[in-house]
Amino acid sequence: MSLQTPGLQTPLARVHGLGSARSGTDHWTAQRVTAILLLPLTLWFLYFLTTLIGADYAAVRAAVAQPWIAALLAVYTILVLYHAQLGLQVVIEDYVHVRWLELSMLIVIKFIVLFGSIAVLLALARVALSA
Amino acid sequence: MSTSSPSGGNRPLSPFMIGPYYRPQLTSILSITHRISGVFLCLGALTLVYAWVALASGAEMFAAFTECLASPIGMALVAGSVLALWFHFFNGIRHLFWDAGRGLDLATSYRSGYAVVALALVVGFGHLWLLYGRV
Repeated sequence: MSLQTPGLQTPLARVHGLGSARSGTDHWTAQRVTAILLLPLTLWFLYFLTTLIGADYAAVRAAVAQPWIAALLAVYTILVLYHAQLGLQVVIEDYVHVRWLELSMLIVIKFIVLFGSIAVLLALARVALSA
Repeated sequence: MSTSSPSGGNRPLSPFMIGPYYRPQLTSILSITHRISGVFLCLGALTLVYAWVALASGAEMFAAFTECLASPIGMALVAGSVLALWFHFFNGIRHLFWDAGRGLDLATSYRSGYAVVALALVVGFGHLWLLYGRV
């Protein structure tokens, strides 16, 4: 046992590289990756919105129903929701010091993001498939 | 864990240093503004979800959505979201450079901070002019 790692960590725990927080840099990385993806997607989305200024319902629906557009809008909206979830999580963890309230808020935002993502997929699929 | 120190327990701690004890700087103001704009933009994200659901639900539901956006509160929300989005966009780029280890020194972080404020104001209000200025 003398060549084993010091302390009480098992070799598996040591390989995972995770401490008592039970999570590593995943959250940090996901926030940056979504941020980088959202930079070009946001510029495209805002451009797309400006092309819709003054359009009536049928024109907006026809524009959104184009397969590539509908797919990009779905990816964009879900990435926005996920990026928001990651950011809100950090804000809640930093400022909400009542443990039950903190946990409740974390669960609620994750539920809202899951619910919103599914609603976005269903709505855009309906628009794209009924054109 | 005790936090007692030789100088006593009455010293002001982190968030409460803002005020009489501590002069706020551009860097700390932009840091908290990044968070506030991000939290505010969550309203915009939910509005986006509502937009697609309304679009899929028919002309009447979509008309109700666009009426919401055209109401005074809706317009204030859109205008606030546009300004918050451009600030968060440019300051987010600044944060990504920091994450890559670049521009962290004091002089550069102040210069990039002023650049973010200028870009966000110019592009943000330009965007608002595009949306509402020629009604």
